[in-house]
Order: sequence, then structure tokens, then C-alpha cells
Amino acid sequence: MAEITPQMQPALRSVYRLQWEDAQQAWVLLYPEGMVRLNGPAAEILKRCDGRTQLSTLVDDLERTFGATGLHNDVHEFLTEAVSRGWIEFAE
Amino acid sequence: MAGSNSPSERSRPGPPLWLLAELTYRCPLHCAYCSNPLDFAKVEEELSTEEWKRVFREARMLGAVQLGFSGGEPMMRDDLAALVAEAHGLGFYCNLITSGVGLNEVRIKELKDAGLDHIQVSFQDSTKEVNDFLSSTRTFELKLKVARLVKSHGYPMVLNVVLSRLNIDHIDKIIDMAVALDADFLELANTQYYGWAYLNRDHLLPSRAQIEHAERVTNAYRAKLGGRLKMFFVVPDYYSDRPKACMNGWGSVFLNIAPDGLALPCQAARMLPGLQFPNVREKTIEEIWHDSPAFSAYRGEDWMREPCRSCPERTKDFGGCRCQAYMLTGNAANADPVCELSPHHRRVSEAVERAQTVQRAVTQPLVFRERAASVNFVRAE
Repeated sequence: MAEITPQMQPALRSVYRLQWEDAQQAWVLLYPEGMVRLNGPAAEILKRCDGRTQLSTLVDDLERTFGATGLHNDVHEFLTEAVSRGWIEFAE
Repeated sequence: MAGSNSPSERSRPGPPLWLLAELTYRCPLHCAYCSNPLDFAKVEEELSTEEWKRVFREARMLGAVQLGFSGGEPMMRDDLAALVAEAHGLGFYCNLITSGVGLNEVRIKELKDAGLDHIQVSFQDSTKEVNDFLSSTRTFELKLKVARLVKSHGYPMVLNVVLSRLNIDHIDKIIDMAVALDADFLELANTQYYGWAYLNRDHLLPSRAQIEHAERVTNAYRAKLGGRLKMFFVVPDYYSDRPKACMNGWGSVFLNIAPDGLALPCQAARMLPGLQFPNVREKTIEEIWHDSPAFSAYRGEDWMREPCRSCPERTKDFGGCRCQAYMLTGNAANADPVCELSPHHRRVSEAVERAQTVQRAVTQPLVFRERAASVNFVRAE
């Protein structure tokens, strides 16, 4: 797989659906006959993977929203994992 | 949760995350490995549209989120699109589990508009001959057409092929077919021996060499295909030395509603004696899940006997499958005899032993899932 760069625009692949579940008090990722329960940070990243937002903008937004700095590496690491699991693709 | 023994946790199980709606036992196919009960013919009055909608609302309120529309053949229900629309509106992820028969251009579009998320199409094999033999129909060409239709309408598609002695050696061609049809997932599901499959077990159980070959070929394709096609190889539990964590534990996450409204912890549990399974016509889903004795009968660990009771692995496999324990040992509370530690393990190992012979004379003919055959089973009860 090609290296993920700050200009890339991550998108949730159409097989997957991100949804808040009251009963589980968690965001979940739904796919054919399966479900992944997400932790808070994972959900916040995936919510922003709309195929239009560049990775750098996405990180800025997260840092602003949560009053944090230096999140780039964490987000990068998560997206690498998400790509290998087939959750994420990148818009051209 | 699973494996917990504390009374407070046992009285409040987690939500039934997985709801399987067996809309009908009617089916145009006659698969010799069908998991429907042998006596399905005695089930007459299917739940109405409004009754199903109520089931969906009540289950969703409890936290159910995955919904499988199954059967029999769910396309036999004319109200399928209306049911999908209701479920979609409630926030379910809607899965259609179909043989493909009945799925045409008009209905596939109607289902898309209703909010159907995914379609699983079953094939019996990669060849017309074996597909049509195992299902006792001429449906292979139709299934190919339907699979293409599914993809052309933008659905994620799972191909499901139930593996047995009669088709497992075609594994490479089966995977080639899934690639050619652009499937997103391929389930290579070794037959589980319930219902009609149990009846036909000596015909269907593959040899060890066949299974090892199939796993080898699947792994080679995995390496070759990378992420292009996700493949699930469901290992046959007869060849494991420990039982499967059946349903992730009884009454833990899975709720099955049969065509007549009977609520079951799995598709096969109807056969278990001594349990009064509740019916959605008489009870709400919440009452069924939280208060019915049948759903708490094998929850937690209090019901366990040795060797499970003191086994460190009981929190992992929950003692295996209650139905298999009942079928093979006569008591559902026994350890699943697939387990090497079970005193009844011989019941499994003898069947496995028989399956190693290349040419075997099986005296009983293969019995196809047909209404007439089912009626005979009802009469015999």
C-alpha cells in the first residue's frame, strides 16, 4: 500500500456504516453480518473520514475540538490499521 | 456477560445484538444439508407483516442492530420490501440471506429503495452439476445471473458456499467463481450437522485429507488475492479437539425468531426437549430475552456438568453446542462431544473415522429437504 500523506482524503468504504448505538453507549462499525465496537478516539477519526477532508485538516479539527496537540502520529497509525482492515479507502 | 457466574449479571444479559428473522420455511430449493428442522412442514401460520414489524421494533429497543432476513427462502415473502423498510427506519443493518431464487431486477431495486444493506447469495458449488444436485433444482445459471444483478445494484455481496464431501474438492474453482463475480466476502462454511445435514451426515462429512487440502488452497489464494476478497473458512467442528463457542453462549447475543413466532437461542434449539420456548405472539421481546426460563436455561455456568464445570476453557467455548450435545449424547447439559475431554467423544470420532474411507457404502440414501419428506417426519413424531 502507498504511504498515507497529509493531502490524502480518507473515506469510509461503502460496505461499512458508522452508527451510534444507545444500548451499547458506543459508536459501532456495521458491515455484512458483523459489527465492531469502537473506542472514542477511533470513532472521532472515522466520523471525519468523509472522502472530502484532507488528513491534515482532519488532524487540525481533532486537535481544535479536543484541545490537544501532536495527534498526527496517532491518527496516521490508526488509519494505517483501518486501511489494512479494509475500513478506509482514499479518494483520488 | 459470557462466563460470569454472578447472579446480578446473569439476570441482566447484554442485548440480543443479532436478530435472525426466519420469515418462512418455504423454499424452492431442497438442499441436503439444510439446517431447518426436519419437521418444518408442521409449521403453518407464518407471522404477519404487522407481527414482524412489532418484533423488529421491540428487538431494536433492546439494542438489536444486525438483522438477518432468512428462511427458508425469504424472497417467498411478498412483504419483504415492507419489512426491510421498517427495519431500516429503525436503524438496523439489514442483511438478506437468500438462494437468489425470486430475486429479479424489480425486487432488487425495490429492496435497495427500502434500505437493504447487503445480500448474501448461496451457491451449492462452482459447477452446475453439483450445485443442481445438492439443491435438487436447476438453479445454477439463475444464481450466476442474480449474483451479477446484486453487484450491478451496488450492494456488498457475500457468497456463501456450504462445504461437504461432495463439493469441497472444488475449492479452487469456488474461489475463482467468487472472484469472477466480484464478491466482497466469501464464506466457505463447512457443513454443521443439524437438521437435514445430520440425517445425511455419512454422505456429507469430508475426510481429513479433503479438509486439509481445502485449507491449504484457501490460504494460498489468500496470499495471492490480498485484500481483494475476504474469505472466511469455517472449520468443521467434528475435526476440532475443542467445541465451537456456539452462538457466543446461549442467550448471549443471538435471537432467532422462527416463521411461526417461536423465539429460539439458535436455529436448531426447537428440537431440545423440556424447554418451553416463548412465542412473540404471546410475549414481548423484552420478556422473552430477560424473563423466559428457556432463554436462561443454559446462560452462565450453573447448568454445566463435568468436564465443563471445572474446565478453564469454559469461559471461552461455553461448553460448545447444546443441540449437538443433545443429538449425540441425549442430554443438552453434557459437554459438546466434539471436545476430546467429553466422555461421549467417541460419538464424534466414530463418524470421523467412517469418513476417512475413500469409497464407502452408505446404505441410507441422501434425503433432500422436501415437503413430502418433512411430512413423514411430522407423522413419525
